[in-house]
Amino acid sequence: MPEQVIELTSVRRDYPAEPPVRALDDVSFGVARGDYLAIVGPSGSGKSTLLNVLGLLDRPSSGSYRLDGIETTALRDGARTRLRGDRIGFVFQSFHLLAHRSVVENVMLAEIYGGHPRKGRRERALAALDRVGLGHRVNFLPDRLSGGERQRAAMARALMGGPSLLLCDEPTGNLDSRNTGAVLDLFDELREQGLTIVVITHEREVSTRAGRRVRITDGVLVEEA
Amino acid sequence: MHVRDLAGEAVAGMLARPVRSALTTLGTVLGITTLVITLGVAATAGNQIVGRFDELVATAITVEVPETTNVPLVAWDSLERVTRLRGVVSAAAVAESKDSANLSVRSNDLVDPTSVTTQTLTVLAATTGLPEAARGRIVRGRFYDAGHIRRADRVAVLGDQAAKMLGITRLDRAPAIFIGRHAYTVIGILGDLRRERNLSTAVMVPPTVGKQFGLRDVTRVLVNTSLGAADLIAGQAPDALSPGNGDMLQVVAPPSPTRARDQAQDDVNALFLILGLVSLVVGAVGIANVTLVTVMERVAEIGLRRSLGAARRHIAAQFLLESTLIGLAGGVIGASVGVVAVVAVSAAKQWTPLLDVRLAIGAPIAGAVVGLLAGLYPALRAARMEPVDALR
Repeated sequence: MPEQVIELTSVRRDYPAEPPVRALDDVSFGVARGDYLAIVGPSGSGKSTLLNVLGLLDRPSSGSYRLDGIETTALRDGARTRLRGDRIGFVFQSFHLLAHRSVVENVMLAEIYGGHPRKGRRERALAALDRVGLGHRVNFLPDRLSGGERQRAAMARALMGGPSLLLCDEPTGNLDSRNTGAVLDLFDELREQGLTIVVITHEREVSTRAGRRVRITDGVLVEEA
Repeated sequence: MHVRDLAGEAVAGMLARPVRSALTTLGTVLGITTLVITLGVAATAGNQIVGRFDELVATAITVEVPETTNVPLVAWDSLERVTRLRGVVSAAAVAESKDSANLSVRSNDLVDPTSVTTQTLTVLAATTGLPEAARGRIVRGRFYDAGHIRRADRVAVLGDQAAKMLGITRLDRAPAIFIGRHAYTVIGILGDLRRERNLSTAVMVPPTVGKQFGLRDVTRVLVNTSLGAADLIAGQAPDALSPGNGDMLQVVAPPSPTRARDQAQDDVNALFLILGLVSLVVGAVGIANVTLVTVMERVAEIGLRRSLGAARRHIAAQFLLESTLIGLAGGVIGASVGVVAVVAVSAAKQWTPLLDVRLAIGAPIAGAVVGLLAGLYPALRAARMEPVDALR
């Protein structure tokens, strides 16, 4: 396993328009294993584009993106999908839990694509829920949970299958300050367990807890001290 | 992705909105029900028609004997050889001629100017087995027997219509009829004929008596066989009746049962079939519509699944399977309702329900195919969705 989980070199992303919109301009940075990185910036700065590129949901127009040492820009759709499922755990602002499925079923969803064995899936999901401190809510429907609990369930789902990277898009955007604190505490714990975390946020409270902080403005990435 | 996972996701997706799914199946249910009822009732009714054919026509054989000048082709006593054949239920020999077809018959000698007392009726000579061979019933009195024939008694049996025309309703006073100038005692009335219905307006006399009217030779032999024996007897009867000259006799045998069945199957009501197919198409459009709405509602879910590593084909397979399951459910319900309806109709009509196993199995499959076709476009839409757009 290479030490660098993410390695971006001169990544550009242009959106076809008249004139073309350059959402990412020559972005280069690396994230080492165990890093806790916050990407901050105002809306419209290119944060979402960067997240989509990092999450293999979008392809850069030019440049190189290596995930776990694998050059992703040359991969075909299917291989990118597999890589995404195997190596990246997503945490969304709006949780994206299926309303009709219990918490544990939502977490188990993470393993139905790709070649994970069916056997022991529930146990692994329960373990993931334990890890985020939601072991007492496994059979609840998502709408019976608080916002913080929902986000923790989503994080348990992201942790299933042992991803190399936890990619979080405004994870606390829909949470009050108390729940935000709980989620951030969880990030700290996960980082101590050696997980690599990239958080996109515009909230100061979130970015200050991260070990590293980069700011993106008009598509240009700047490392902050 | 494991097949069981795919199935689980599809079932969960379908059950997430149970009322909507149930309503979506309605079109398919109606279409499949209509088709099953139409085909089932047609098959059942067709079988009934064939059953009646079997009973009445498929067992009736008529042997026509051509007229000859010198030696008769079929002797009166040769009938015995036919009744001995295995498979023959009843048989009778009949003599009829053009001369005897229009004889004036009257029931008394009074000349009543106010009513027509003289009737022009057919007189024919027949052996004693005629009531059974014509599948009739002696309504009153009795048929003549071998003794009457041997003694050449001047007795007659009337067909029920003939008796009515002649005004003969009761036999206890031994009424007489006059054929030409001779009187004959009416000893019985034959009615309820299910074969040779023209006998109901005829006067039947023993063969020994018939000679007076020129009814010398057997012109026709009526044979009834047991079910399925008609073909065999049709081949054997001519030789039994007229050894050596069998090929000169004309045998009128019933059409083979399969042809009767084919004709009955052709009677399937095309209108109802079209109605069922139209309902199916409407059902398919309904499924397509609802599935499309569902896809649009579940854009976020599609995005999530893509982020969890689902390929486009996984998304397509899930929505396709969901719509197929809805179609299958409609097919199963429709087939069940249809089968129950066919049985109910049969019970009401006292028919034997005839259900083709292929229909019972094919109907749910047809429903599933409808669902599959209906899901193609929505599934394609879902699969084409870009994960970036879906997660926005």
